[in-house]
Amino acid sequence: MWRKFPKLRSVGQTFHTSPACSHVIKLTRLRVVDNSEIGKQAMAEGKPPKCIHVYNKKEVGTIGDKVLLAIKGEKKKGILVGVKQNQRALIPKFDSNNVVLIDDNGTPLGTRIHVPIPQILRTILKKKNVVKGADYTKLLALATRFV
Amino acid sequence: MVKIVKMALLSRFVRRFRRDIKSNFLLFKTVANSEYRCLSSLSRPEKLVSEETKEQETNGGHKAVVPLECRFVYPEFLPDPRVGRRNSLRERLERMDMLNRRSNIDVPEFYTGSILAVSSANQHAPEKLSRFVGICIQRGGCGLRAFFILRNVIDHQGVEMFYEMYSPLIQKIEVLRLEKRLDSELLYLRDALPEYCTFPLDMEPEHLSQGSTVPVNPIKVKLKPRPWLERWERQELKGVQDLGLPERFYKRAAEVARPWEKYDLMKEYRESIPAEEQESIFAEVYTQLQQLEITKKMKRKRTFVRPKRTG
Repeated sequence: MWRKFPKLRSVGQTFHTSPACSHVIKLTRLRVVDNSEIGKQAMAEGKPPKCIHVYNKKEVGTIGDKVLLAIKGEKKKGILVGVKQNQRALIPKFDSNNVVLIDDNGTPLGTRIHVPIPQILRTILKKKNVVKGADYTKLLALATRFV
Repeated sequence: MVKIVKMALLSRFVRRFRRDIKSNFLLFKTVANSEYRCLSSLSRPEKLVSEETKEQETNGGHKAVVPLECRFVYPEFLPDPRVGRRNSLRERLERMDMLNRRSNIDVPEFYTGSILAVSSANQHAPEKLSRFVGICIQRGGCGLRAFFILRNVIDHQGVEMFYEMYSPLIQKIEVLRLEKRLDSELLYLRDALPEYCTFPLDMEPEHLSQGSTVPVNPIKVKLKPRPWLERWERQELKGVQDLGLPERFYKRAAEVARPWEKYDLMKEYRESIPAEEQESIFAEVYTQLQQLEITKKMKRKRTFVRPKRTG
């Protein structure tokens, strides 16, 4: 009788009842899209970083939100620059959740971003700039293409 | 003796009944073969056929005849068939607004599978304008809420853009390649190999010769291996190569399939606008749409295109 139990449990785990909503939440795997050393290594090893905190009140990350990442046994901060989730009209939706690694001042760790970046990120990051604090203009300067 | 007479009567009655049914079925068949298949008004087939003949008669008498292709070219003019969403006044006002918008910008004929370029006002861009090129993977919505989704792969990154067709922010819609695909929705391109939806951003528009029908691209797309966003094997997709799944997937797909639903006339009726109503709607807007087409052509003729120097 007990032998059958794990089989029954596995049935319940094999199907979803709700569609995936592609939220960026804690423990979501993200994709590093800049050429920082640690990010490149993590992606090459097939161990993309996990989001361990989203710095906003909703705990669901969208474009321009700061996240804390667990990457190669370290804690790094990053900015979401494109998400999978459905977006409003005229805001691009990407096939992966892209993140750019930054340090505490908002300076990116890499020197290039090799995927397109949403235009709306310009406005969002401009609002988040803090005088003598986080400055995200360098991140925007790295982008090669905007959509 | 009485019994035999009764039997004879019964058999005659049955034969007559059968003949009736047969004739009905024949009528049904002829209607089903013609264009009215998707119009969902099969409940009164005789009336429809007679209407068709009447239309042909009036054709010579300069009466505005609305072609049936209108519902494919301008699908957003048809209202939402759900009963709770119907409101004839709102629908009429929306149609007026749509025509107003169409007189300001050119909303061309396109289908899912066509490649479009959309320029839109973008307050976040330094030049306040952004242009996106991509294949239309979905088109839907009724009235002013009509939308389409463009998809492209830029720098090896899949990007999708959702556009509201009658949004005042949209400044220009160009059709770079007018064609159809085998399916009415191409959402499976999200799980396809990237080369199937990679289009250069500086693509040149390809012109179809005038009067030719819209070509159907019979391309079969190869999907990436699982995991997918949806269970594509359960949807009857025509534009997809062999999925290469184990047998159990197809078995399960056959179990959950509902092949009888395509014969459900009531369901079809509920999910579509009846032919008579479609005709009345398009009769209302068709002349104005034609006028817009003509002015568009005149404008195109008037613009001078400087010939390109080659070599």
